[in-house]
Amino acid sequence: MSAAAVKTGSMSPYHAQDGLLLEVENLHVEFHTRYGVAKAINGVDFSLRQGECLAILGESGSGKSVTAQAVMGILDMPPASIPAGSVKYCGHDLLTMPEDRRRKTRGPEISMIFQDALSALNPTFPVGWQIAEMFREHRGMNKSDAYAQAIKLMERVSIPAAKERVKAYPHQFSGGMRQRIMIAMAIALDPAILIADEPTTALDVTVQAQIMSLLQDLQHERQMGLILITHDLGVVADVADRIAVMYAGRIVEQADVRDIYARPAHPYTKGLLESIPRLDLKGQELAAIGGLPPNLMKIPPGCAFNPRCTMAQDVCRVDLPPLVEVAPNRKSACHFSKEVLGA
Amino acid sequence: MTKYVIRRLLQMIPVVIGSTFLIFAMVFALPGDPLRGKCGERPCPPAFVAEFRAQHNLDDPLFLRYFKYLGDLLHGDLGTTYQGLNILDELQKRYVVTVKLAVIAMLFEALIGVLAGVLAGIRKGKFIDNLVLVTTLVVISIPTFVIGSVSQTVFGVKLHWFPVTVKSNPGWYDLLLPGLVLGSLSLAYAARLTRTNLAENLRADYVRTAVAKGLSRSRVIGVHTLRNSLIPVVTFLGADFGGLLGGAIITERIFNIRGVGGYIFQSIHSRDGTAVVGAVTMLVIVYLLMNLIVDLLYGVLDPRISHD
Repeated sequence: MSAAAVKTGSMSPYHAQDGLLLEVENLHVEFHTRYGVAKAINGVDFSLRQGECLAILGESGSGKSVTAQAVMGILDMPPASIPAGSVKYCGHDLLTMPEDRRRKTRGPEISMIFQDALSALNPTFPVGWQIAEMFREHRGMNKSDAYAQAIKLMERVSIPAAKERVKAYPHQFSGGMRQRIMIAMAIALDPAILIADEPTTALDVTVQAQIMSLLQDLQHERQMGLILITHDLGVVADVADRIAVMYAGRIVEQADVRDIYARPAHPYTKGLLESIPRLDLKGQELAAIGGLPPNLMKIPPGCAFNPRCTMAQDVCRVDLPPLVEVAPNRKSACHFSKEVLGA
Repeated sequence: MTKYVIRRLLQMIPVVIGSTFLIFAMVFALPGDPLRGKCGERPCPPAFVAEFRAQHNLDDPLFLRYFKYLGDLLHGDLGTTYQGLNILDELQKRYVVTVKLAVIAMLFEALIGVLAGVLAGIRKGKFIDNLVLVTTLVVISIPTFVIGSVSQTVFGVKLHWFPVTVKSNPGWYDLLLPGLVLGSLSLAYAARLTRTNLAENLRADYVRTAVAKGLSRSRVIGVHTLRNSLIPVVTFLGADFGGLLGGAIITERIFNIRGVGGYIFQSIHSRDGTAVVGAVTMLVIVYLLMNLIVDLLYGVLDPRISHD
């Protein structure tokens, strides 16, 4: 048992036990709307280690972004509420922590980048000011030192002519550059965990690759735990170590990235992989998962995926399959995971 | 920026000429004789009438009179009233009062209005929000002359907190109650505008980012949300200040204030065309300048608007 400081040379009060940064257990999130209660997250468990990249994969409405926001503590409550679960950062439960203490973890310990950097950056302040604000607010640094740090960070994320552009506004940058600024801001205080919520979805393909490789470099350089939220299987394959696939607010499969691509253990994952267009199957009809994701106010009994599943039997409509270990280091929540694996 | 200001100032020239001409034409098209009642019960002697009409160019065609007027205007001469008083002097005297009144009203609107709006906006749906909404709705629904007369009776006549009417060279305190009455309607609008914008912007992505940066709630709201939310409020308040500087006929009459609004009212009443045109010309210029200032401020608040 070794207790190492999360970040070398930092004064962080948090220490990771055996490199374990984050443990999310039985997390539930509900949204109370005038039409009823939407159960966005229904018992999610995962963990993250130092230097590890976990990808959370799922289609819109599967709860991947809500999971990230719950971990980050930026859900609007109300309408959202967290009826059960715990989010432990280095052993400290963030959900029961006083808000003032928790607030101080955002930035220095856990940090987040968002999908659309244009709307995520404040349009009325210069980008350098927005990066420098991290140092000024969390470190109490004076203006010129904070700006110097901001320029350094902008150079680190490869923004050309950082010194001249530090006073420019978000709308004066291209989409890719804006996302770099977002990243610079998020890594400013050298956080132990970086959550990237669809960081490349709003960008074009060539820029996507650049941003992903920047994130990867930074992750290796700083030994950050990276949670990558995406619906893009291509992005995941290159970067992630482990994948958690979400459906209707649950993790339905969790495994190392190679295993999951080679042999999925859940029909939903299988369907996702089969729906990737492939060059060698050009001209054939693209396999798609039929039907739509369930309404979160009326999640079907049993396995939430059963109405769309080609393998569904009676048991799937009644019993909710738990997420269990089906092979070393991999979990699946399917009554027929052995059959899926064997197929 | 300088170029922009110069361009805007140049654009004001045709606007001033066009609007003054319209006012000029309309004022002199009003029915009624400026000499009526001037000489007591009997009609004025023909010699006096002829001289009066010649002195004020009343027999020239409209365009000619307008050009003569414009010529004088370029020399800074706003003309004389039919009583022979210099209009510029008259306006200056009254403008001091109107500006004081407008400043009181504006401070009241901007400070209390924005504050109420912020409190309501960050507690949307809660008690304070409903309180602000109901209060402002009441203020908006009641006409100014009712608010003015009631507050005059209550705070002036009954409670003696404020003077009932305003003396001829009023100080700031004398004008406080009329200023509050004058500002109350716009205060209600400013509060509602602030509330709506703030509540809207609190859901914006960049506010979520500010929370994710670990900033305190007061900083998230006061620095990151308020700036964007105040842009439309500043526009509203700026235009409103331009309006306030044009005088307030109703409030001025209730509290017997000798400001610009009353002056215009009086001049229209006595068919004193030159005085009306002079006063309104000045108001047009003040309004245009206020608009320019608002537009410049807009650029300061929102860097996406460039004045290059």
